[in-house]
Amino acid sequence: MIRIANGQGFWGDWLEAPVRLVEDGPLDYLTLDYLAEVTMSILQKQKQADPNLGYARDFPPLIERIAATLRDRHIKVIANAGGVNPIACAKEVRRLAPDLKVAVVLGDDIFDRIDTLPGVSAIRPRILSANAYIGAFPLVEALQTGADIVIAGRCTDTALALAPMIHEFGWQADDYDKLAAGTIAGHIIECGAQCTGGNCQVDWQNIPDLANIGYPIIEAQPDGTFVITKHPGSGGRVNNASVKEQLLYELGDPTRYITPDCIADFTSIRLHNGGINRVRVNGIKGSAPTDTLKVSVSYREGWKATGSLVYSWPEAREKAMFAAAIVMKRLQQLDLQFEDVHYEILGVDACHGPAAKPAQDYPEVQLRIGVRGMDKPAVDRFTRELIPLVLSGPPTATGFGDGRPPVREVVAYHSTLIPREEIVTRVEVIA
Amino acid sequence: MKIQLIKIAHARSGDKGDTANIGVIARQEKHYPLLVRELTAARVKAHLEDMVQGSVERYELPNLGALNFVLHEALGGGGTLSLRIDAQGKTLSTALLAMEIEINDGELE
Repeated sequence: MIRIANGQGFWGDWLEAPVRLVEDGPLDYLTLDYLAEVTMSILQKQKQADPNLGYARDFPPLIERIAATLRDRHIKVIANAGGVNPIACAKEVRRLAPDLKVAVVLGDDIFDRIDTLPGVSAIRPRILSANAYIGAFPLVEALQTGADIVIAGRCTDTALALAPMIHEFGWQADDYDKLAAGTIAGHIIECGAQCTGGNCQVDWQNIPDLANIGYPIIEAQPDGTFVITKHPGSGGRVNNASVKEQLLYELGDPTRYITPDCIADFTSIRLHNGGINRVRVNGIKGSAPTDTLKVSVSYREGWKATGSLVYSWPEAREKAMFAAAIVMKRLQQLDLQFEDVHYEILGVDACHGPAAKPAQDYPEVQLRIGVRGMDKPAVDRFTRELIPLVLSGPPTATGFGDGRPPVREVVAYHSTLIPREEIVTRVEVIA
Repeated sequence: MKIQLIKIAHARSGDKGDTANIGVIARQEKHYPLLVRELTAARVKAHLEDMVQGSVERYELPNLGALNFVLHEALGGGGTLSLRIDAQGKTLSTALLAMEIEINDGELE
């Protein structure tokens, strides 16, 4: 049996989580998932500004902080912290933790070949990044070098947890049921504490000690069965409810969860009570993967800005509606062109829309107005139309303390598939 | 009689571009057949009205006592383009749980 944990569900997740995972109980592998789709374009912009950047900058200082523990306890780390510059990331890790052996997985970044991709000609000059999602086997190759730290760029989130199972148990590329089991285990832990009681709707008030929530640990067996748990003494709760909610997160057709390694069937999953804060999982079936890999292309798509004003009782909702109408009229009079204009009233129906239950007279509401368009000066002009309403619109407006809202560049995504053989990965050990 | 879905189910929602999904889970597995009967794709789409511009697909996971709904064009353009406060559809789960469903006497026993 091996223990695989995830200490980071996205870049910006709790900094203490990975530290506690390696210090507070037994562990063999620590995985860290830094890359949301949006992250790649941010990193590409950073790399364009400075060729030594373009990776998750939280990662090297984390490794420096836990290096001695990793060495003493023989814990290995697998992370997609490399972003669009895995070599620079690895060099910084080596500088801060010179006793650890670091391997990088390369080959996902196809920015230099974007002209060969289907459907990109219209956005070609605005493309920021292009990466193929690679699977677990390239990460296994990196583990086989004996590296303590494996750094990848754009790999699937589930590959981070599946790779050590393949490596330790000798699973083969056609062991589809086992690969599917490892993939589903990876899916359960990929969002960190979202499977251990975080964001859990069942009995949420009584989930113990969320301030010290334990991040998830897979106890993986060679036969593909596993237990989801967390360190004893940590907060949170692992039960059928917490695991089921995460299983369904970001799911499409449950019978065809497609990764580069296999197709996993979520309707084959069997959950069992394995004791306190332990859910045992078995029965998982898988099948052969497709012959394509997903590619995600990010590109610039104009500008947007969103601002807000707060209105108090009485008639708070009506005042906000009135103010929105004034802004709409002024934008029209200025003849500004936008791709999208949207306003919503927080406290009334911004989250639930028509499903929200209306109240008689709201104590206070927040009017939130946003625009998006290709014309930056138009978006900038919009940002000047909100605050004047404090003195010139309906009464009791407040909440303008941050001033004019900032204009932000919009990055959009184009997904496509390419033949698997076009992506050739390789592993480099960084000395 | 009518009950609110939240009485017998919990849920989680997420995003993939402009597509959202809502996983709805029976709080007690014996109530899963009620979800299958009452929560059709058409009713879910009708409940969410103009929040969902595209089609709604339903998938069954009897092994988890759960249904998965995939909602197309449901996030105002999706992730980075959307101007909504909930651009990632995190709260669509509870929007759906506010729906009222029809059950017969004794079916909650």
